[in-house]
Amino acid sequence: MLMAEFALLFRPLKRLASLAALPFALLLLAAAPAEAGEVKVAVAANFTEAAKDIGAAFEKSTGHKAVFSFGATGQLYTQISQEAPFEVFLSADQTTAKKAADDGFAVPDSRFTYATGGIVLFSKYKDLVTGEATLKDGKFTKIAIANPATAPYGAAAVEAMKALGVYEALTPKIVQGNSIAQAYQFVDTGNAELGFVALSQVIGKDEGSRWIVPAGLYTIIAQDAVLLKKGAENEAARAFLAYLKDPEAKAVKDKFGYGAGD
Amino acid sequence: MPDIAELWSPIRLTLELATIATVLLLAIGTPIAWWLARSPATWKEAVAAVIAMPLVLPPTVLGFYLLIALGPNGPGGWVAGLYGARTLAFTFEGLVIGSVLFSMPFVVQPIRNAFEAIGERPLEVAATLRASPWDRFWTVAVPLARPGFITGAVLGFAHTVGEFGVVLMIGGNIPGETKVLSIAIFDYVETLQWSKAHILAGGMLVFSFCVILAMMLLEKRIGRPGA
Repeated sequence: MLMAEFALLFRPLKRLASLAALPFALLLLAAAPAEAGEVKVAVAANFTEAAKDIGAAFEKSTGHKAVFSFGATGQLYTQISQEAPFEVFLSADQTTAKKAADDGFAVPDSRFTYATGGIVLFSKYKDLVTGEATLKDGKFTKIAIANPATAPYGAAAVEAMKALGVYEALTPKIVQGNSIAQAYQFVDTGNAELGFVALSQVIGKDEGSRWIVPAGLYTIIAQDAVLLKKGAENEAARAFLAYLKDPEAKAVKDKFGYGAGD
Repeated sequence: MPDIAELWSPIRLTLELATIATVLLLAIGTPIAWWLARSPATWKEAVAAVIAMPLVLPPTVLGFYLLIALGPNGPGGWVAGLYGARTLAFTFEGLVIGSVLFSMPFVVQPIRNAFEAIGERPLEVAATLRASPWDRFWTVAVPLARPGFITGAVLGFAHTVGEFGVVLMIGGNIPGETKVLSIAIFDYVETLQWSKAHILAGGMLVFSFCVILAMMLLEKRIGRPGA
């Protein structure tokens, strides 16, 4: 069907015919969401890989399609506050999701914790990261974190460094990624020798060296989801939020090292 | 009232970056512009095209390649190794390199145009008066091409101030080192500190207006014969 449309389009003499068919094609497209819906989801960068897997399983199981936009939580929230067309917000923390509800952008009482996450000190170089001693010795030139002002995983990294009493000493060596994704990219390209990243980003990788930061040094990151006002009437949006609690979604979270949340 | 020192730091850094980049742009851009204006080589347009590429490339393309080139496995990492560092990314020097590449077309193009506008005659006359090529360049070509130099310098400076995408990718948001004005504004917007964003963004509006207005007035005055 589609191929035929293309063939028509490229045969100049038949171009008019294909143009005449266009309204019908659009009508078909517009009619389609009646059965299989679509939900636009703003996703905190740390949850990128898990969200993709959950999205694929969600589509297979419900027929609805989830379209993701990834970014730092603060950045996504700014967009939401400026009427971005997102319907579900998967924040990397609780405060931003709560703020969305308090400021009137989210459906009240739709908020729940969809995952809990931890941070890990990671380097792509073998033996560089051995434990908290690595931070105390400070034998490196650059350490990457996510921007603590916009990314909860960055704030957790700062909290852990402060708990270890190394934050002051390490401050000149800190480089900030715009999100936890960019922080990991800095580490992965070797531009920073090591960095605090999300456990989910490195859990499947065997190379490099790592230290899983003990939970006592920072507050484990509880990540909340909310249904945004724009998605209040969208069945697919509600279905996606429900699916986050599905055993299949839980299996994906487990695979990426997240706790299941509520 | 927002903290003045906090707002001043990215402004000062940006001015430093733009000043150093502009000096380097003029130093590197002038010989290139001269060669492009005077050389009979037909392949020079290929060189001109390479220099003009940042005009059409998304800053992310430049940012991506710079990140690799400045990193520990690229030439930048090698240079950094000479003084015991590992990478030129996340450094002021790295931003200078990025800015020079990114703003080069804005400097080379007006200077080249100015050199071309001089034509052969004044230089030939100078040659008959036994001015050496070096002498001809400095005492004839450069003064006659002055409008081009001013336009190039102003545009190069302003464009460096306005740089964002490249810095976001290779900067690492370090206060006092790579957190320039455009990044600071981005940060304030993302963290909903809009009063600070307003101060810096409003300042940029005024700055841009002044630059463009000054350019237009300058061009009018310099362009007028006998002025």
